[in-house]
Amino acid sequence: MKKTLLALATVLALGAAHAADADTLKKIKDSGSITIGARESSGALSFTLGDGKYAGFHTEMAQRIAADLQKQLGLSKLDVKYQPVTSQNRIPLVQNGTVDLECGSTTNNAARQKDVAFAVTTYVEEVRIATKANSGITSIAQLNGKKVATTTGTTSVQHLRKHERGAGVNFEEVYGKDHADSFLLLESGRADAFVMDGQILAGLISKSKNPSDFKIVGEVLSVEPIACMMRKDDPAFKKAVDDSIKNMIKTGDLAKLYDKWFMQPIPPANTKVGLPLSDATKSAWANPNDKPMEEYAKK
Amino acid sequence: MGTWDWQVFLQDTGGGQTYLEWMMSAWGWTLSVSVLALFVALITGSLMGILRTTPSKTLALIGNAWTELFRNVPLLVQIFVWYHVIPSIFLPLRSVPSFILVVFALGFFTSARISEQVRAGIQSLPRGQRYAGLAMGLTLPQTYRYVLLPMAFRIVIPPLTSESMNIIKNSSVAFAVSIAELTMFAMQAQEETSRGIEVYLAVTALYFVSAFAINRIALFVERRVQVPGMIGGGK
Repeated sequence: MKKTLLALATVLALGAAHAADADTLKKIKDSGSITIGARESSGALSFTLGDGKYAGFHTEMAQRIAADLQKQLGLSKLDVKYQPVTSQNRIPLVQNGTVDLECGSTTNNAARQKDVAFAVTTYVEEVRIATKANSGITSIAQLNGKKVATTTGTTSVQHLRKHERGAGVNFEEVYGKDHADSFLLLESGRADAFVMDGQILAGLISKSKNPSDFKIVGEVLSVEPIACMMRKDDPAFKKAVDDSIKNMIKTGDLAKLYDKWFMQPIPPANTKVGLPLSDATKSAWANPNDKPMEEYAKK
Repeated sequence: MGTWDWQVFLQDTGGGQTYLEWMMSAWGWTLSVSVLALFVALITGSLMGILRTTPSKTLALIGNAWTELFRNVPLLVQIFVWYHVIPSIFLPLRSVPSFILVVFALGFFTSARISEQVRAGIQSLPRGQRYAGLAMGLTLPQTYRYVLLPMAFRIVIPPLTSESMNIIKNSSVAFAVSIAELTMFAMQAQEETSRGIEVYLAVTALYFVSAFAINRIALFVERRVQVPGMIGGGK
Protein backbone atom coordinates (compact mmCIF):
# COMPACT_ATOMS: atom_id res chain seq x y z
CA MET A 1 0.00 0.00 0.00
CA LYS A 2 2.77 2.36 1.00
CA LYS A 3 4.66 1.48 -2.17
CA THR A 4 1.61 2.21 -4.28
CA LEU A 5 1.21 5.58 -2.62
CA LEU A 6 4.87 6.34 -3.14
CA ALA A 7 4.64 5.35 -6.78
CA LEU A 8 1.52 7.44 -7.17
CA ALA A 9 3.20 10.42 -5.56
CA THR A 10 6.20 10.02 -7.86
CA VAL A 11 4.00 9.82 -10.92
CA LEU A 12 2.11 12.92 -9.83
CA ALA A 13 5.33 14.78 -9.09
CA LEU A 14 6.78 13.78 -12.47
CA GLY A 15 3.57 14.82 -14.18
CA ALA A 16 3.71 18.20 -12.47
CA ALA A 17 7.39 18.59 -13.33
CA HIS A 18 6.70 17.80 -16.97
CA ALA A 19 3.83 20.16 -17.13
CA ALA A 20 6.02 22.87 -15.69
CA ASP A 21 8.75 22.75 -18.31
CA ALA A 22 7.41 23.33 -21.75
CA ASP A 23 10.81 22.86 -23.40
CA THR A 24 9.98 19.70 -25.28
CA LEU A 25 13.11 19.78 -27.45
CA LYS A 26 15.32 19.79 -24.34
CA LYS A 27 13.26 17.00 -22.85
CA ILE A 28 13.67 14.91 -26.00
CA LYS A 29 17.38 15.62 -26.12
CA ASP A 30 17.94 14.78 -22.45
CA SER A 31 15.88 11.63 -22.43
CA GLY A 32 16.85 10.47 -25.91
CA SER A 33 13.23 9.54 -26.50
CA ILE A 34 10.01 11.01 -27.83
CA THR A 35 6.53 9.77 -26.98
CA ILE A 36 4.05 9.85 -29.81
CA GLY A 37 0.34 9.61 -29.11
CA ALA A 38 -1.37 7.26 -31.54
CA ARG A 39 -4.95 6.10 -32.00
CA GLU A 40 -6.09 2.49 -31.97
CA SER A 41 -8.65 2.92 -34.72
CA SER A 42 -8.85 6.24 -36.50
CA GLY A 43 -9.15 4.76 -39.94
CA ALA A 44 -6.18 5.19 -42.25
CA LEU A 45 -4.94 8.17 -40.21
CA SER A 46 -3.73 6.15 -37.24
CA PHE A 47 -4.47 2.60 -36.20
CA THR A 48 -2.93 -0.28 -34.35
CA LEU A 49 -1.57 -3.44 -35.90
CA GLY A 50 -1.66 -5.06 -32.48
CA ASP A 51 1.34 -5.89 -30.34
CA GLY A 52 2.11 -2.23 -29.60
CA LYS A 53 2.64 -1.41 -33.28
CA TYR A 54 0.95 1.55 -34.90
CA ALA A 55 0.54 2.54 -38.52
CA GLY A 56 -1.32 5.01 -40.69
CA PHE A 57 -0.89 8.26 -42.56
CA HIS A 58 -0.43 10.41 -39.48
CA THR A 59 1.56 7.80 -37.58
CA GLU A 60 4.09 7.50 -40.37
CA MET A 61 4.21 11.27 -40.68
CA ALA A 62 4.99 11.45 -36.95
CA GLN A 63 7.83 8.99 -37.48
CA ARG A 64 9.26 11.26 -40.17
CA ILE A 65 8.92 14.24 -37.84
CA ALA A 66 10.76 12.31 -35.12
CA ALA A 67 13.55 11.53 -37.59
CA ASP A 68 13.82 15.22 -38.47
CA LEU A 69 13.91 16.17 -34.78
CA GLN A 70 16.68 13.65 -34.23
CA LYS A 71 18.69 15.27 -37.03
CA GLN A 72 18.04 18.75 -35.70
CA LEU A 73 19.07 17.83 -32.17
CA GLY A 74 22.12 15.91 -33.40
CA LEU A 75 21.16 12.77 -31.54
CA SER A 76 22.78 9.54 -32.62
CA LYS A 77 19.76 7.58 -31.45
CA LEU A 78 16.18 8.60 -30.75
CA ASP A 79 13.87 6.18 -29.07
CA VAL A 80 10.34 6.55 -30.48
CA LYS A 81 7.73 5.39 -27.99
CA TYR A 82 4.04 5.06 -28.66
CA GLN A 83 1.26 5.83 -26.25
CA PRO A 84 -2.23 4.80 -27.32
CA VAL A 85 -4.68 7.63 -26.66
CA THR A 86 -8.45 7.94 -26.86
CA SER A 87 -10.59 10.95 -27.60
CA GLN A 88 -11.26 11.25 -23.87
CA ASN A 89 -7.67 11.23 -22.62
CA ARG A 90 -5.62 12.70 -25.46
CA ILE A 91 -5.68 16.33 -24.29
CA PRO A 92 -4.81 15.62 -20.61
CA LEU A 93 -2.00 13.27 -21.70
CA VAL A 94 -0.47 15.96 -23.91
CA GLN A 95 -0.88 18.58 -21.19
CA ASN A 96 0.77 16.54 -18.46
CA GLY A 97 3.73 15.57 -20.59
CA THR A 98 2.98 11.85 -21.05
CA VAL A 99 2.70 12.43 -24.79
CA ASP A 100 5.01 14.84 -26.64
CA LEU A 101 3.29 14.78 -30.01
CA GLU A 102 -0.16 13.40 -30.71
CA CYS A 103 -0.77 12.56 -34.35
CA GLY A 104 -4.09 10.83 -34.75
CA SER A 105 -7.37 12.30 -35.78
CA THR A 106 -7.63 15.32 -33.53
CA THR A 107 -9.64 18.23 -34.90
CA ASN A 108 -8.04 21.61 -34.40
CA ASN A 109 -10.75 23.78 -32.85
CA ALA A 110 -10.88 26.98 -30.86
CA ALA A 111 -11.87 25.31 -27.57
CA ARG A 112 -8.87 22.97 -27.75
CA GLN A 113 -6.49 25.76 -28.70
CA LYS A 114 -7.02 27.11 -25.19
CA ASP A 115 -5.42 23.94 -23.78
CA VAL A 116 -2.95 22.78 -26.41
CA ALA A 117 -1.14 23.84 -29.57
CA PHE A 118 -1.56 22.36 -33.04
CA ALA A 119 0.92 21.82 -35.84
CA VAL A 120 -0.02 22.94 -39.32
CA THR A 121 -3.04 21.15 -40.70
CA THR A 122 -2.09 18.01 -42.57
CA TYR A 123 -5.47 16.54 -43.35
CA VAL A 124 -8.86 18.14 -43.76
CA GLU A 125 -11.70 15.88 -42.80
CA GLU A 126 -15.08 16.20 -44.44
CA VAL A 127 -18.05 14.89 -42.51
CA ARG A 128 -20.28 12.98 -44.92
CA ILE A 129 -23.26 10.66 -45.04
CA ALA A 130 -23.01 6.96 -45.88
CA THR A 131 -26.12 5.05 -46.90
CA LYS A 132 -27.07 1.82 -48.58
CA ALA A 133 -26.56 2.19 -52.32
CA ASN A 134 -30.18 1.20 -52.99
CA SER A 135 -31.70 3.55 -50.39
CA GLY A 136 -32.23 6.40 -52.83
CA ILE A 137 -30.90 8.91 -50.30
CA THR A 138 -28.67 11.50 -51.90
CA SER A 139 -28.90 14.55 -49.66
CA ILE A 140 -29.54 15.77 -46.15
CA ALA A 141 -33.05 16.88 -47.06
CA GLN A 142 -33.99 13.26 -47.67
CA LEU A 143 -33.08 12.29 -44.13
CA ASN A 144 -36.42 13.63 -42.91
CA GLY A 145 -38.05 10.97 -40.72
CA LYS A 146 -35.09 8.65 -41.11
CA LYS A 147 -32.81 7.08 -38.53
CA VAL A 148 -29.33 8.48 -38.60
CA ALA A 149 -26.50 6.59 -36.93
CA THR A 150 -23.37 8.06 -35.51
CA THR A 151 -20.75 6.97 -32.99
CA THR A 152 -21.05 7.89 -29.33
CA GLY A 153 -18.45 10.45 -28.33
CA THR A 154 -17.98 12.10 -31.73
CA THR A 155 -19.05 15.52 -32.90
CA SER A 156 -20.32 14.53 -36.34
CA VAL A 157 -24.00 14.42 -35.56
CA GLN A 158 -23.81 17.81 -33.89
CA HIS A 159 -23.23 19.41 -37.28
CA LEU A 160 -26.20 17.59 -38.70
CA ARG A 161 -28.31 18.67 -35.72
CA LYS A 162 -27.42 22.33 -36.34
CA HIS A 163 -28.00 21.93 -40.06
CA GLU A 164 -31.32 20.20 -39.44
CA ARG A 165 -32.75 23.10 -37.49
CA GLY A 166 -32.30 25.50 -40.35
CA ALA A 167 -33.52 23.12 -43.00
CA GLY A 168 -36.52 21.73 -41.12
CA VAL A 169 -35.31 18.17 -41.44
CA ASN A 170 -36.34 15.89 -38.61
CA PHE A 171 -34.40 12.70 -38.05
CA GLU A 172 -33.90 10.25 -35.22
CA GLU A 173 -30.38 9.91 -33.81
CA VAL A 174 -29.14 6.41 -33.04
CA TYR A 175 -25.73 5.85 -31.55
CA GLY A 176 -23.24 3.03 -32.01
CA LYS A 177 -20.73 2.22 -29.30
CA ASP A 178 -17.87 2.55 -31.79
CA HIS A 179 -17.51 3.04 -35.54
CA ALA A 180 -17.84 -0.68 -36.25
CA ASP A 181 -21.09 -0.81 -34.27
CA SER A 182 -22.46 2.25 -36.04
CA PHE A 183 -21.69 0.63 -39.35
CA LEU A 184 -23.44 -2.53 -38.19
CA LEU A 185 -26.52 -0.37 -37.47
CA LEU A 186 -26.47 0.77 -41.09
CA GLU A 187 -25.66 -2.67 -42.44
CA SER A 188 -28.43 -4.41 -40.48
CA GLY A 189 -31.01 -1.80 -41.43
CA ARG A 190 -31.38 -0.34 -37.94
CA ALA A 191 -30.28 3.01 -39.34
CA ASP A 192 -30.83 4.54 -42.76
CA ALA A 193 -27.68 6.62 -42.78
CA PHE A 194 -24.38 6.89 -40.97
CA VAL A 195 -22.88 10.32 -40.49
CA MET A 196 -19.15 10.35 -39.86
CA ASP A 197 -15.75 11.52 -41.07
CA GLY A 198 -15.38 10.71 -44.76
CA GLN A 199 -12.23 8.66 -44.37
CA ILE A 200 -13.72 6.53 -41.60
CA LEU A 201 -16.79 5.84 -43.75
CA ALA A 202 -14.61 5.03 -46.75
CA GLY A 203 -12.49 2.69 -44.62
CA LEU A 204 -15.48 0.87 -43.13
CA ILE A 205 -17.11 0.47 -46.53
CA SER A 206 -13.90 -0.87 -48.05
CA LYS A 207 -13.70 -3.50 -45.33
CA SER A 208 -17.39 -4.48 -45.41
CA LYS A 209 -18.69 -7.74 -46.88
CA ASN A 210 -20.06 -6.04 -50.00
CA PRO A 211 -18.50 -2.61 -50.46
CA SER A 212 -20.71 -1.95 -53.48
CA ASP A 213 -23.82 -2.04 -51.25
CA PHE A 214 -22.87 1.29 -49.70
CA LYS A 215 -22.10 4.76 -50.92
CA ILE A 216 -21.05 8.09 -49.55
CA VAL A 217 -23.50 10.75 -50.58
CA GLY A 218 -24.70 14.26 -50.02
CA GLU A 219 -23.29 17.57 -48.99
CA VAL A 220 -20.20 17.98 -46.88
CA LEU A 221 -21.65 18.58 -43.41
CA SER A 222 -18.58 20.12 -41.91
CA VAL A 223 -14.94 20.59 -42.62
CA GLU A 224 -12.51 19.80 -39.85
CA PRO A 225 -8.81 20.52 -39.96
CA ILE A 226 -6.94 17.58 -38.42
CA ALA A 227 -3.47 18.23 -37.06
CA CYS A 228 -0.83 16.94 -34.70
CA MET A 229 -1.28 18.19 -31.17
CA MET A 230 1.42 19.27 -28.71
CA ARG A 231 1.88 21.25 -25.52
CA LYS A 232 1.08 24.92 -25.53
CA ASP A 233 3.63 27.70 -25.21
CA ASP A 234 6.58 25.86 -26.70
CA PRO A 235 7.32 27.83 -29.89
CA ALA A 236 10.66 26.12 -30.54
CA PHE A 237 9.11 22.67 -30.61
CA LYS A 238 6.16 23.83 -32.68
CA LYS A 239 8.49 25.42 -35.19
CA ALA A 240 10.56 22.23 -35.46
CA VAL A 241 7.44 20.12 -36.06
CA ASP A 242 5.91 22.62 -38.49
CA ASP A 243 9.17 22.93 -40.43
CA SER A 244 9.39 19.19 -40.74
CA ILE A 245 5.82 18.99 -42.07
CA LYS A 246 6.27 21.94 -44.45
CA ASN A 247 9.38 20.29 -45.79
CA MET A 248 7.44 17.07 -46.42
CA ILE A 249 4.82 19.07 -48.28
CA LYS A 250 7.45 20.82 -50.40
CA THR A 251 9.33 17.65 -51.34
CA GLY A 252 6.09 15.86 -52.13
CA ASP A 253 6.72 13.24 -49.45
CA LEU A 254 3.43 13.99 -47.74
CA ALA A 255 1.55 13.43 -50.99
CA LYS A 256 3.37 10.11 -51.37
CA LEU A 257 2.38 9.16 -47.82
CA TYR A 258 -1.20 10.08 -48.59
CA ASP A 259 -1.19 7.91 -51.67
CA LYS A 260 0.34 5.05 -49.69
CA TRP A 261 -2.29 5.07 -46.95
CA PHE A 262 -5.42 6.20 -48.77
CA MET A 263 -5.07 4.88 -52.31
CA GLN A 264 -3.09 1.66 -51.94
CA PRO A 265 -4.03 -1.57 -50.14
CA ILE A 266 -3.12 -1.22 -46.46
CA PRO A 267 -2.82 -3.67 -43.61
CA PRO A 268 -4.33 -5.42 -41.77
CA ALA A 269 -6.88 -6.53 -44.39
CA ASN A 270 -5.00 -5.27 -47.48
CA THR A 271 -7.98 -3.27 -48.65
CA LYS A 272 -7.95 0.14 -50.30
CA VAL A 273 -9.64 3.08 -48.58
CA GLY A 274 -9.89 4.72 -51.98
CA LEU A 275 -10.42 8.31 -50.88
CA PRO A 276 -8.64 10.68 -53.30
CA LEU A 277 -6.94 13.77 -51.92
CA SER A 278 -9.68 16.35 -51.35
CA ASP A 279 -9.51 19.95 -52.51
CA ALA A 280 -9.75 21.08 -48.89
CA THR A 281 -6.65 19.07 -47.94
CA LYS A 282 -4.83 20.28 -51.06
CA SER A 283 -5.44 23.90 -50.16
CA ALA A 284 -4.35 23.30 -46.57
CA TRP A 285 -1.05 21.97 -47.93
CA ALA A 286 -0.69 24.84 -50.37
CA ASN A 287 -0.91 27.34 -47.50
CA PRO A 288 0.26 25.59 -44.33
CA ASN A 289 -1.62 27.03 -41.34
CA ASP A 290 -2.89 26.09 -37.91
CA LYS A 291 -6.27 27.77 -38.17
CA PRO A 292 -8.99 26.18 -36.03
CA MET A 293 -12.15 24.68 -37.46
CA GLU A 294 -14.16 27.81 -36.70
CA GLU A 295 -12.22 29.78 -39.28
CA TYR A 296 -12.92 27.19 -41.95
CA ALA A 297 -16.61 27.41 -41.23
CA LYS A 298 -16.61 31.15 -41.90
CA LYS A 299 -15.75 30.73 -45.54
CA MET B 1 -8.35 22.55 -15.66
CA GLY B 2 -9.34 23.99 -12.37
CA THR B 3 -11.67 26.50 -13.94
CA TRP B 4 -15.24 25.36 -13.78
CA ASP B 5 -17.75 26.21 -16.40
CA TRP B 6 -21.11 25.03 -15.20
CA GLN B 7 -22.87 27.19 -17.74
CA VAL B 8 -22.07 24.49 -20.22
CA PHE B 9 -25.36 22.90 -19.18
CA LEU B 10 -27.28 25.92 -20.40
CA GLN B 11 -25.71 25.81 -23.85
CA ASP B 12 -27.82 24.80 -26.78
CA THR B 13 -27.04 21.36 -28.22
CA GLY B 14 -27.87 22.63 -31.68
CA GLY B 15 -31.16 20.80 -31.69
CA GLY B 16 -33.15 23.37 -29.77
CA GLN B 17 -32.67 22.06 -26.24
CA THR B 18 -30.05 22.70 -23.59
CA TYR B 19 -27.58 20.15 -22.35
CA LEU B 20 -29.39 20.20 -19.00
CA GLU B 21 -32.65 19.23 -20.66
CA TRP B 22 -30.86 16.53 -22.58
CA MET B 23 -29.28 15.21 -19.39
CA MET B 24 -32.65 15.08 -17.62
CA SER B 25 -34.13 13.15 -20.52
CA ALA B 26 -31.11 10.81 -20.37
CA TRP B 27 -31.70 10.34 -16.66
CA GLY B 28 -35.29 9.44 -17.47
CA TRP B 29 -34.10 6.77 -19.91
CA THR B 30 -31.70 5.37 -17.33
CA LEU B 31 -34.45 5.16 -14.73
CA SER B 32 -37.03 3.70 -17.12
CA VAL B 33 -34.65 1.00 -18.34
CA SER B 34 -33.59 0.20 -14.78
CA VAL B 35 -37.00 0.09 -13.16
CA LEU B 36 -38.63 -1.96 -15.93
CA ALA B 37 -35.66 -4.33 -16.03
CA LEU B 38 -35.90 -4.65 -12.26
CA PHE B 39 -39.53 -5.80 -12.56
CA VAL B 40 -38.58 -8.35 -15.20
CA ALA B 41 -35.66 -9.49 -13.06
CA LEU B 42 -37.65 -9.79 -9.83
CA ILE B 43 -40.46 -11.75 -11.43
CA THR B 44 -38.41 -14.17 -13.54
CA GLY B 45 -35.61 -14.36 -10.97
CA SER B 46 -37.98 -15.31 -8.13
CA LEU B 47 -39.79 -17.81 -10.32
CA MET B 48 -36.58 -19.50 -11.46
CA GLY B 49 -35.16 -19.46 -7.94
CA ILE B 50 -38.27 -21.16 -6.58
CA LEU B 51 -38.28 -23.73 -9.38
CA ARG B 52 -34.76 -24.75 -8.44
CA THR B 53 -35.86 -25.72 -4.92
CA THR B 54 -38.91 -27.78 -5.93
CA PRO B 55 -38.80 -31.58 -5.62
CA SER B 56 -39.53 -31.95 -9.36
CA LYS B 57 -36.32 -32.70 -11.26
CA THR B 58 -37.64 -31.18 -14.49
CA LEU B 59 -38.60 -27.90 -12.88
CA ALA B 60 -35.27 -27.71 -11.05
CA LEU B 61 -33.46 -28.37 -14.32
CA ILE B 62 -35.32 -25.55 -16.06
CA GLY B 63 -34.44 -23.17 -13.23
CA ASN B 64 -30.80 -24.25 -13.19
CA ALA B 65 -30.41 -24.03 -16.95
CA TRP B 66 -31.92 -20.54 -17.00
CA THR B 67 -29.69 -19.33 -14.20
CA GLU B 68 -26.45 -20.75 -15.56
CA LEU B 69 -27.16 -19.53 -19.09
CA PHE B 70 -27.76 -15.92 -18.13
CA ARG B 71 -25.17 -15.86 -15.38
CA ASN B 72 -22.24 -17.06 -17.47
CA VAL B 73 -22.47 -14.73 -20.46
CA PRO B 74 -21.19 -11.17 -20.10
CA LEU B 75 -23.90 -8.53 -20.03
CA LEU B 76 -22.57 -6.61 -23.03
CA VAL B 77 -22.57 -9.79 -25.11
CA GLN B 78 -26.13 -10.55 -24.05
CA ILE B 79 -27.24 -7.07 -25.05
CA PHE B 80 -25.71 -7.49 -28.49
CA VAL B 81 -27.25 -10.94 -28.90
CA TRP B 82 -30.69 -9.51 -28.13
CA TYR B 83 -30.20 -6.48 -30.33
CA HIS B 84 -28.38 -7.80 -33.37
CA VAL B 85 -28.39 -11.60 -33.41
CA ILE B 86 -31.86 -12.67 -32.31
CA PRO B 87 -33.72 -10.16 -34.55
CA SER B 88 -31.77 -11.42 -37.56
CA ILE B 89 -33.02 -14.96 -36.82
CA PHE B 90 -36.57 -14.06 -35.82
CA LEU B 91 -37.34 -11.31 -38.29
CA PRO B 92 -40.50 -9.90 -36.64
CA LEU B 93 -38.33 -8.88 -33.68
CA ARG B 94 -36.67 -6.28 -35.92
CA SER B 95 -39.54 -3.92 -35.37
CA VAL B 96 -39.31 -4.22 -31.58
CA PRO B 97 -37.81 -1.01 -30.18
CA SER B 98 -34.30 -1.39 -28.78
CA PHE B 99 -35.61 -0.07 -25.47
CA ILE B 100 -37.76 -3.20 -24.96
CA LEU B 101 -34.91 -5.49 -25.99
CA VAL B 102 -32.57 -3.85 -23.50
CA VAL B 103 -35.13 -4.11 -20.71
CA PHE B 104 -35.38 -7.84 -21.30
CA ALA B 105 -31.65 -8.34 -21.76
CA LEU B 106 -30.82 -6.49 -18.55
CA GLY B 107 -33.78 -8.05 -16.73
CA PHE B 108 -32.88 -11.61 -17.68
CA PHE B 109 -29.20 -11.07 -16.87
CA THR B 110 -30.13 -9.84 -13.41
CA SER B 111 -32.82 -12.49 -13.01
CA ALA B 112 -30.08 -15.15 -12.99
CA ARG B 113 -28.45 -13.44 -10.04
CA ILE B 114 -31.77 -12.95 -8.23
CA SER B 115 -32.65 -16.60 -8.86
CA GLU B 116 -29.42 -17.60 -7.14
CA GLN B 117 -30.23 -15.44 -4.12
CA VAL B 118 -33.83 -16.62 -3.86
CA ARG B 119 -32.67 -20.24 -4.04
CA ALA B 120 -30.09 -19.62 -1.33
CA GLY B 121 -32.74 -17.89 0.80
CA ILE B 122 -35.16 -20.81 0.54
CA GLN B 123 -32.44 -23.38 1.18
CA SER B 124 -31.22 -21.53 4.22
CA LEU B 125 -34.51 -22.37 5.96
CA PRO B 126 -34.53 -25.51 8.09
CA ARG B 127 -35.82 -28.47 6.08
CA GLY B 128 -38.38 -29.13 8.79
CA GLN B 129 -40.33 -26.03 7.73
CA ARG B 130 -41.22 -27.59 4.40
CA TYR B 131 -42.11 -30.93 6.01
CA ALA B 132 -44.20 -29.20 8.64
CA GLY B 133 -46.13 -27.36 5.98
CA LEU B 134 -46.78 -30.50 3.98
CA ALA B 135 -47.68 -32.44 7.15
CA MET B 136 -50.29 -29.81 7.93
CA GLY B 137 -52.03 -30.86 4.77
CA LEU B 138 -50.94 -27.85 2.67
CA THR B 139 -50.21 -28.52 -0.98
CA LEU B 140 -46.70 -27.76 -2.23
CA PRO B 141 -47.68 -24.38 -3.72
CA GLN B 142 -49.45 -23.52 -0.47
CA THR B 143 -46.39 -24.52 1.55
CA TYR B 144 -44.32 -22.13 -0.56
CA ARG B 145 -46.91 -19.38 -0.37
CA TYR B 146 -47.64 -19.51 3.35
CA VAL B 147 -44.55 -21.06 4.95
CA LEU B 148 -41.34 -20.83 2.94
CA LEU B 149 -41.49 -17.69 0.83
CA PRO B 150 -42.55 -15.25 3.56
CA MET B 151 -39.41 -16.18 5.48
CA ALA B 152 -37.08 -16.61 2.50
CA PHE B 153 -37.94 -13.25 0.96
CA ARG B 154 -37.27 -11.45 4.21
CA ILE B 155 -33.85 -13.09 4.35
CA VAL B 156 -32.90 -12.10 0.81
CA ILE B 157 -33.91 -8.44 0.97
CA PRO B 158 -30.32 -7.22 1.60
CA PRO B 159 -28.76 -9.00 -1.42
CA LEU B 160 -31.80 -8.02 -3.51
CA THR B 161 -31.10 -4.41 -2.57
CA SER B 162 -27.58 -4.71 -3.94
CA GLU B 163 -28.90 -6.27 -7.10
CA SER B 164 -31.45 -3.50 -7.55
CA MET B 165 -28.72 -0.92 -7.17
CA ASN B 166 -26.54 -2.84 -9.61
CA ILE B 167 -29.26 -2.73 -12.21
CA ILE B 168 -29.12 1.08 -12.20
CA LYS B 169 -25.39 0.97 -12.73
CA ASN B 170 -25.56 -1.86 -15.27
CA SER B 171 -28.14 0.06 -17.28
CA SER B 172 -25.17 2.07 -18.57
CA VAL B 173 -24.47 -0.69 -21.11
CA ALA B 174 -27.70 0.29 -22.84
CA PHE B 175 -25.75 3.07 -24.55
CA ALA B 176 -24.17 0.35 -26.69
CA VAL B 177 -27.48 -0.20 -28.47
CA SER B 178 -28.29 3.46 -28.85
CA ILE B 179 -30.47 4.11 -25.83
CA ALA B 180 -29.92 7.77 -25.04
CA GLU B 181 -29.20 7.16 -21.37
CA LEU B 182 -26.82 8.88 -18.97
CA THR B 183 -23.56 7.21 -19.99
CA MET B 184 -24.22 7.94 -23.63
CA PHE B 185 -25.11 11.50 -22.76
CA ALA B 186 -21.86 11.85 -20.82
CA MET B 187 -19.69 10.56 -23.66
CA GLN B 188 -21.52 12.59 -26.26
CA ALA B 189 -21.77 15.83 -24.31
CA GLN B 190 -18.15 15.79 -23.18
CA GLU B 191 -17.04 15.47 -26.78
CA GLU B 192 -19.37 18.19 -28.01
CA THR B 193 -18.61 20.70 -25.27
CA SER B 194 -15.01 19.77 -24.29
CA ARG B 195 -16.23 20.11 -20.70
CA GLY B 196 -15.85 16.50 -19.65
CA ILE B 197 -15.19 17.10 -15.97
CA GLU B 198 -18.38 19.05 -15.37
CA VAL B 199 -20.43 16.61 -17.43
CA TYR B 200 -19.06 13.52 -15.71
CA LEU B 201 -19.46 15.08 -12.25
CA ALA B 202 -23.11 15.80 -12.93
CA VAL B 203 -23.73 12.34 -14.35
CA THR B 204 -21.94 10.70 -11.42
CA ALA B 205 -24.16 12.61 -9.02
CA LEU B 206 -27.29 11.44 -10.85
CA TYR B 207 -26.17 7.80 -10.76
CA PHE B 208 -25.44 8.17 -7.07
CA VAL B 209 -28.83 9.72 -6.36
CA SER B 210 -30.63 7.01 -8.33
CA ALA B 211 -28.86 4.05 -6.75
CA PHE B 212 -29.05 5.59 -3.29
CA ALA B 213 -32.79 6.16 -3.67
CA ILE B 214 -33.24 2.47 -4.44
CA ASN B 215 -31.16 1.68 -1.37
CA ARG B 216 -33.39 3.84 0.84
CA ILE B 217 -36.58 2.39 -0.62
CA ALA B 218 -35.31 -1.14 0.01
CA LEU B 219 -34.36 -0.22 3.55
CA PHE B 220 -37.87 1.13 4.10
CA VAL B 221 -39.38 -2.08 2.75
CA GLU B 222 -37.04 -4.14 4.90
CA ARG B 223 -38.11 -2.27 8.03
CA ARG B 224 -41.79 -2.45 7.17
CA VAL B 225 -41.86 -6.19 6.65
CA GLN B 226 -39.84 -7.12 9.70
CA VAL B 227 -41.56 -9.66 11.92
CA PRO B 228 -40.24 -10.11 15.46
CA GLY B 229 -38.88 -13.57 16.01
CA MET B 230 -38.33 -14.28 12.32
CA ILE B 231 -34.87 -14.50 10.76
CA GLY B 232 -33.57 -11.14 9.67
CA GLY B 233 -35.96 -9.09 11.54
CA GLY B 234 -37.48 -7.14 14.21
CA LYS B 235 -37.06 -5.97 17.71
